[in-house]
Amino acid sequence: MSEWKKICTLEDIPRLGSRVVKSTHGDIAVFRTADDEVFALHDKCPHKGGPLSQGIVAGKIVTCPMHSWKIQFESGEAVAPDVGCAKPFAVKIEGGVVWIDL
Amino acid sequence: MNKLKLVMIGNGMAGCRTLEELLKLAPDLYEITVFGAEPHPNYNRIMLSPVLAGETKFEDIVLNDLAWYRDNGIRLHVGRKVVKIDRKAQKVVADDGTEASYDRLLLATGSAPFILPVPGKDLPGVIGYRDIADTEAMIDAAKHHRYAVVIGAGLLGLEAANGLALRGMDVTVVHLADWIMERQLDRTAADLLQKSLEAKGLKFLLGKQTSELVRGESGRVAAVRFKEGGAIPADLVVMAVGIRPNIELAKSARLHCNRGIVVDDTMQTYDPKIYAVGECVEHRNTTYGLVAPLFEQAKVCANHLAQMGIGRYTGSVTSTKLKVTGIDVFSAGDFMGGEGTEDIVLADAAGGLYKKLVIKDDHLIGAVLYGDTGDGAWYFQLMKDRQSIADIRDHLMFGSHHVGDTGHAGQNKAAAMPDDAEVCGCNGVCKGDIVKAIKTHGLFTLEEVRKHTKASSSCGSCTGLVEQILASTVGGAYQPADTKDKPMCGCTDLSHGAVRQAIKEQKLLSIPAVMQFLQWKTPNGCATCRPALNYYLISTWPKEAEDDPQSRFINERAHANIQRDGTFSVVPRMWGGLTTPAELRAIAEVAEKYRVPTVKMTGGARIDLLGIPKEKLPEVWADLGAAGLVSGHAYGKSIRTVKTCVGAEHCRFGTQLSMSMGVKLEKMLFGMWAPHKVKLAVSGCPRNCAEAGIKDVGVIGVDSGYELYVAGNGGIKTEVAQFFCKVKSDEEVLEYAGAFLQLYREEGYYLERTCHYVARVGLDHVKKIVVEDAARRKELYERLLFSLQDYEDPWANAVATQSKEYIALEAV
Ligand code: SRM
Ligand SMILES: Cc1cc2nc3c(=O)[nH]c(=O)nc-3n(C[C@H](O)[C@H](O)[C@H](O)COP(=O)(O)OP(=O)(O)OC[C@H]3O[C@@H](n4cnc5c(N)ncnc54)[C@H](O)[C@@H]3O)c2cc1C
Ligand code: SF4
Ligand code: FES
Repeated sequence: MSEWKKICTLEDIPRLGSRVVKSTHGDIAVFRTADDEVFALHDKCPHKGGPLSQGIVAGKIVTCPMHSWKIQFESGEAVAPDVGCAKPFAVKIEGGVVWIDL
Repeated sequence: MNKLKLVMIGNGMAGCRTLEELLKLAPDLYEITVFGAEPHPNYNRIMLSPVLAGETKFEDIVLNDLAWYRDNGIRLHVGRKVVKIDRKAQKVVADDGTEASYDRLLLATGSAPFILPVPGKDLPGVIGYRDIADTEAMIDAAKHHRYAVVIGAGLLGLEAANGLALRGMDVTVVHLADWIMERQLDRTAADLLQKSLEAKGLKFLLGKQTSELVRGESGRVAAVRFKEGGAIPADLVVMAVGIRPNIELAKSARLHCNRGIVVDDTMQTYDPKIYAVGECVEHRNTTYGLVAPLFEQAKVCANHLAQMGIGRYTGSVTSTKLKVTGIDVFSAGDFMGGEGTEDIVLADAAGGLYKKLVIKDDHLIGAVLYGDTGDGAWYFQLMKDRQSIADIRDHLMFGSHHVGDTGHAGQNKAAAMPDDAEVCGCNGVCKGDIVKAIKTHGLFTLEEVRKHTKASSSCGSCTGLVEQILASTVGGAYQPADTKDKPMCGCTDLSHGAVRQAIKEQKLLSIPAVMQFLQWKTPNGCATCRPALNYYLISTWPKEAEDDPQSRFINERAHANIQRDGTFSVVPRMWGGLTTPAELRAIAEVAEKYRVPTVKMTGGARIDLLGIPKEKLPEVWADLGAAGLVSGHAYGKSIRTVKTCVGAEHCRFGTQLSMSMGVKLEKMLFGMWAPHKVKLAVSGCPRNCAEAGIKDVGVIGVDSGYELYVAGNGGIKTEVAQFFCKVKSDEEVLEYAGAFLQLYREEGYYLERTCHYVARVGLDHVKKIVVEDAARRKELYERLLFSLQDYEDPWANAVATQSKEYIALEAV
């Protein structure tokens, strides 16, 4: 079931940074890339649950602040040799406003 | 577009590594065809020894399986030997008539065991030790026969003998020289090794020359006869007297060969269309018989095949390590010494320990270790880096500074550890896990082991142990990385030093500018290089370069330490460890108001409020700030604390006012970012209650002034601080300590503590600039003060700007 919700404007998320969105699904990390693309992942690292929102963003990857697993935005999968997945959420930007599909 | 055609002859370790490197650089440039004489895909030849010893199986040592060739579009002809190269027509012909034409040809034919030209050398039961077929023949012989003779007590011979003995054969090792492994070991170490191999059941006949292999009734070999007279029974004879590069094919194509196929520094033969790598090659008059140098050749060769045209192979220093489980012997470089060399020797024959270091002109040029090879990798690194050992000569023999001593129960001898012993205390990785990963995934470098097992990837204190395990599993195939020009990370080929120099010389002021100028390979770098770049920028160009919060680790971005549950800890500064009732009251009130779950004294003599949710941080700081409390930077690669004792203010022994000295230092250094964290201490007398002996800068009051110590460390590997100089006044303490720290800030690599920095550049270098050169000391000190002036408390800033970073969003 698709339900699009408004979360913030693009400017509210720093480039190569992120914000946390509180939701009924738990915390969601919303990232903004250098090219102003936006991605969202469940804010829980597949390793030991670290908050991915607090990691360093480069390209379309975030490095978990806890033990440095690298998680890919598009699939939510960890970069090999680590194995695990953080659930991705669909997002879209319309007129500078960021929406998320919960 | 028509692809160029690349043909490779010899499907072994050097050749396939070249293809792997090439595919990384230019995956689509060539249509690749490979001929291999053996009926197998590329396997890990060095693991034949553990296979023979029964520690691994054939299936587990394949490096590139058939799917790998298929996935990379490589046409593979196994079991086909190339018999002709037609350079004019640019094609090769195999023994079954298969032909392939090439634009570029890569020769990687390896070498073959040298077979002594004695009567009986062709008898059944006489073999060399090179490939899977030989190993199978040995395993089979062990099932049906009793006596094995191994001719040649080099690495290969001893590993063969050990394996055959483990498979139940009665093994004698015959050797021409007076001691075993004479090309790798000096006599003392060799004798110790021989003793422990004898204890495992091997027999040795030294100083014996084989004159004949005698045929038995069955037609199989039956005995070995010696020139000196006498004979011993033999149902299996393994010749391990050396290898000869396979050059016949190249020679028949009239390529220039000496001992091996002659190549230049780009791995090109005398025919510019033909390259060669591996054991078949002769480079600068040297041939190699170990994997590590061949891998370096592979990298250079791939670069040229990919038409990038950079990269030179300039030769390698090699080290060896015998792969016999439970025995630890290591040698590297020129260990026999000669004109102009000096030896440092430690010999404890009864204890089974022997170490010999060979030194020339203040440089380590060779090492032989027996019994405890824990420092092998470190010594080898010192040789490779050509680092001067003048400063560390007196403790060189006693070992490295990168073999940590915490977190693994004081273990520092990998060989003595059982498989279930924990090596990496951070990630819970046992020795057996590491050995298994190395064998099954074909790992050769520390980085690869870290990736696959996580061992030594956190605090790094077990790096030395992991290196030892790697070295004893892959033998001489392990080569520590060149620390000098080691790339910062996968995003660039440049080292920390080179990047820093460019930032300074080109006056680069932002991370994008650095990445563009130095042609970074990734658009935004990674979590390894970005924090380093950010530090180099702000320390090189204070007040001019951009400080990028997104390139800082979360702790520095949020000005608090992230905890395992995602909350944060708050440590307000207590200058010199001093506090007041008003401060304590404010802290108590915050703890109650925000229901802080844990309040704790830190090891840095101040109070930690643990378990605060991120969105509450600004409020907590506002309340603390009202009482005058500021950030303690317990989270930063920055000044942490200045620990003090009570000193002459109160103590009956105090000679100097250590509290006030400590407060002055801490106030001066407030807000100082550094390559890593920086801790100081000031004690009022040599009883040293502030533990100044293990600090980055330790100050000890004496009657006539202060003694300064630098480069101590109380963490992973305890390092005692070294005496720096003696000064008279408080002002001098500030100036000398400040200048030292500024030099570290300007020259230290990111994540290098002062102890590592000083070990790299030498204490003499630092003293020359800071202690002996008053003008440079003053300049350094002024640069430090300039970059620290007007620094504002980050907590107060976050409160004032009402930074949104801390607040979570709601979906509506
Ligand atoms: C809070 C404290 C422990 C305590 O409760 O006492 C502490 C906590 C941490 N230390 Fe420490 N260290 C603390 C005193 C020390 C000390 C003792 C001291 O400072 O006198 C040492 C040894 C002295 C030294 O550094 O030379 C120490 C050596 C380390 C090391 C090893 C550093 C090294 O170079 O070997 C690390 C790992 C690192 O920095 O890479 C580390 C890392 C850490 C980190 C930051 C781990 C991390 O990266 O997240 C810990 C944060 C815990 C948290 O959740 O907040 N901590 N740490 C201490 C804070 C002191 C302060 O007031 O600022
Ligand atoms: C038992 C054993 C243990 C070892 N242990 C260690 C160790 O601990 N550490 C270490 O560093 N090194 C060790 N080595 C040495 C290491 O294996 C070699 O240095 C390495 O394999 C050489 O690689 P290469 O590609 O040059 O040759 P190889 O790996 O030998 O590959 C050459 C290939 O070319 C094939 N070939 C030759 N001529 C032709 C032709 N005309 N047409 C088609 N194919 C051809 C050969 O059959 C062979 O498969 C060991 C070697 C052995 C045998
Ligand atoms: S506080 Fe320091 S010693 Fe304690 S667990 Fe954390 S890093 Fe390890
Ligand atoms: S919790 Fe993310 S890497 Fe461990």
